[in-house]
Amino acid sequence: MKAAPFEYARAASVAEACALLARHGDGAKVIAGGQSLVPMMAMRLVRPAFLVDINEIDSLKFVKIEKDAVRMGACTRQVMVERNDWVAGRVPLLHEALAWVGHVQTRNRGTTGGSLAHADPCAELPLVAQVLGAKMMLRSGKGTRALDAEKFFSGPMSTSIRPDECLEEIHWPVWPERPMGSAFTEIAIRHGDFAIVAAAAQVALDSGGRCTRAAFGLGGVGGTPLAFPKIAAHLLGTKLDDKTIESAASDAAKECDPGSDLHATKEYRRHLAGVLAARALREARERARDAR
Amino acid sequence: MSETLHAVAIEVNGKRREAQVPARLSLVDWLRDELRLTGTHVGCEHGICGACSVMLDGEPVRSCLMYTVQASGHRITTVEGLAGPDGSMSVLQDAFCETHGLQCGYCTPGMLIAAQGLLNSNPSPTEEQIRDAIGGNLCRCTGYQQIVEAVRLAAERMKAK
Repeated sequence: MKAAPFEYARAASVAEACALLARHGDGAKVIAGGQSLVPMMAMRLVRPAFLVDINEIDSLKFVKIEKDAVRMGACTRQVMVERNDWVAGRVPLLHEALAWVGHVQTRNRGTTGGSLAHADPCAELPLVAQVLGAKMMLRSGKGTRALDAEKFFSGPMSTSIRPDECLEEIHWPVWPERPMGSAFTEIAIRHGDFAIVAAAAQVALDSGGRCTRAAFGLGGVGGTPLAFPKIAAHLLGTKLDDKTIESAASDAAKECDPGSDLHATKEYRRHLAGVLAARALREARERARDAR
Repeated sequence: MSETLHAVAIEVNGKRREAQVPARLSLVDWLRDELRLTGTHVGCEHGICGACSVMLDGEPVRSCLMYTVQASGHRITTVEGLAGPDGSMSVLQDAFCETHGLQCGYCTPGMLIAAQGLLNSNPSPTEEQIRDAIGGNLCRCTGYQQIVEAVRLAAERMKAK
């Protein structure tokens, strides 16, 4: 359980990290908090020849509250986001999801960008990014580009980040609609472990209690976290009664393509998908109603 | 094949330590094998059990999920650093003894670090907060009850001081 030998460099700036990535090509990998990468290296599931450490780049650690989005640097520790009351107020779904991410010790070191770039289909932050349509800002020696979550996640543990690119910033959309409510829930073997299935939902209501905006998604039931914008569109204009919610959740469960492993069969995962999507939507609705 | 060595300077329990380490040497292996600080235990080596918890710049982290080279320039506190300079046990360590918060002792250093991290930032934790703080640390003996009790007792005593 020891990592194979690798070369290592501590990058002092994003430009230096990009230069190192460009020079070492496919064999190079960025290490941020390392809470997923280091265990995978210990088990030799991955064997990067070169690690580019971005932990000492201060410009990658910030949270900026803007009107339409909460921007954060890729190396911002999860604990810094969790403790930020402004984030909790503007992007409550992200705040709630963080309570399910690992444990105190891993959140102290783990980063938001690292979790997204690792792209575990069962992980919480990629699901939130997919549901809210977060934007990932990537940088390479050639320049920058922005990718929507939908284009960013390409498969299990795979993203569209090119070998010479570094995830620099994440923009989490802020919903201006009020009242608004969000909820995150999951089933895992132990709290803090990766989810067997996770669900996230966010809804906004008008003064009459009708849904004006809705988004929800599921993790652990496909190669990437899944969002269901078409099904969510059917919720608009309804009062989000239990029956409407259950029908949307069951439609979503039908679209999932989960796999089986020693923790859960695909039938059980699909069952959980329907149950948890409905639970998250109901909880989000209750929170939006309470906020009126 | 000889591996490249990296120069590191790390403050461990208040003392500056310098070394030349290969990049893949985990922090817990360096602490135990090179510094002989064997109080920090190594359990699963992939971030599940919490036995290797240490403080990095005052916050609990898993020392099996960090390479030594990454800790250069930072401050590490191990379980040895919780005791007084004369070796006397801390309030928290005393509380673990009194409430039988350990049996085999394998998880204890990690539990102590996790609990001390909690008490440093929250002097009056609720039972739920205590359980959350040690949620990433596995214990196979105690059933956790006495550990929770120990943290609660330590919190009361630290407040009374």
